[in-house]
Amino acid sequence: MSQPVRPLSPHLQVYRWQIQMVTSILHRGTGIILAVGSVLIAAALACLAAGPEAWACVTGLAGSWFGLLVLFGWTWALAYHWINGIRHLLQDAGLGYSIAQFVRNGWITVIGSLVITGLVWGVVISRGGFA
Amino acid sequence: MSRFDRFRAPIKNARGLGSAKDGVHHFIVQRITAVALLFLAIYVVGLVVTLAGADYATARAAVAHPANAVLLVAFLLAMFWHAQLGLQVVIEDYVHTPWLAIASQLAVRFACVLAALASVFAVVRIALGT
Ligand code: HEM
Repeated sequence: MSQPVRPLSPHLQVYRWQIQMVTSILHRGTGIILAVGSVLIAAALACLAAGPEAWACVTGLAGSWFGLLVLFGWTWALAYHWINGIRHLLQDAGLGYSIAQFVRNGWITVIGSLVITGLVWGVVISRGGFA
Repeated sequence: MSRFDRFRAPIKNARGLGSAKDGVHHFIVQRITAVALLFLAIYVVGLVVTLAGADYATARAAVAHPANAVLLVAFLLAMFWHAQLGLQVVIEDYVHTPWLAIASQLAVRFACVLAALASVFAVVRIALGT
């Protein structure tokens, strides 16, 4: 199918960076990361069902530096998507649309996601971490 | 104009519209699964954190517990449904070559359904001890 050449609306590069763009892009980015992670969750559960050897494979991978990096990244992606998802739902209800609220809530989601990730891993490490 | 029209919400005018003729259904299901995940994710993260470093028997016994098994299945269904709806929008936004768009939408759907079935089946196997 031939694509007619249509004028495009001004695209990303003409805008000055601001927190609203960062939070929006991060929501999509973390959503995609979580979707990839969901397949890993399915694989881990299948291994748990399959038996101790398959499960040892999962814990071995999860405990390697690469596995820990993936787990840590996934935790942050979930924390960010979770807290920004709450903001999305509040905005769907019509709340938080003034520019000042937008900027403030944007910083809350970014910093909040880091705090949540820190808390979760603080608990994991204080309990002895992954074997 | 029927005399009942004043009882109708404006949403009536949006139902059945949109390129897929499903109106706001996609939007609503994305929100319902989001609310479900909002709670289920806290629960699942809590479960995984308590199992960090646990041995095989402990992890398996935890998943086999009926309350955990049911909530895990709820989490898995909500997650894969929400992921499929979300990725669908991402593909709609960026993939404009017709055959490639259809192929990637099909691939995402098949992958989400298969992963949902496989993971729920795994939880059921563990819960029933087979
Ligand atoms: C772990 C499971 C999750 C996965 C795999 C996931 C995945 C996704 C994906 C791929 C998108 C599409 C992003 C886009 O269109 O830019 C999305 C959107 C969304 N997610 Fe999630 N998500 C998860 C958890 C959550 C949670 C816990 C919440 C709620 C607190 C949430 C709320 C939302 C909302 C409201 C949207 C729509 C955003 C929009 O319209 O732009 N998600 N998600």
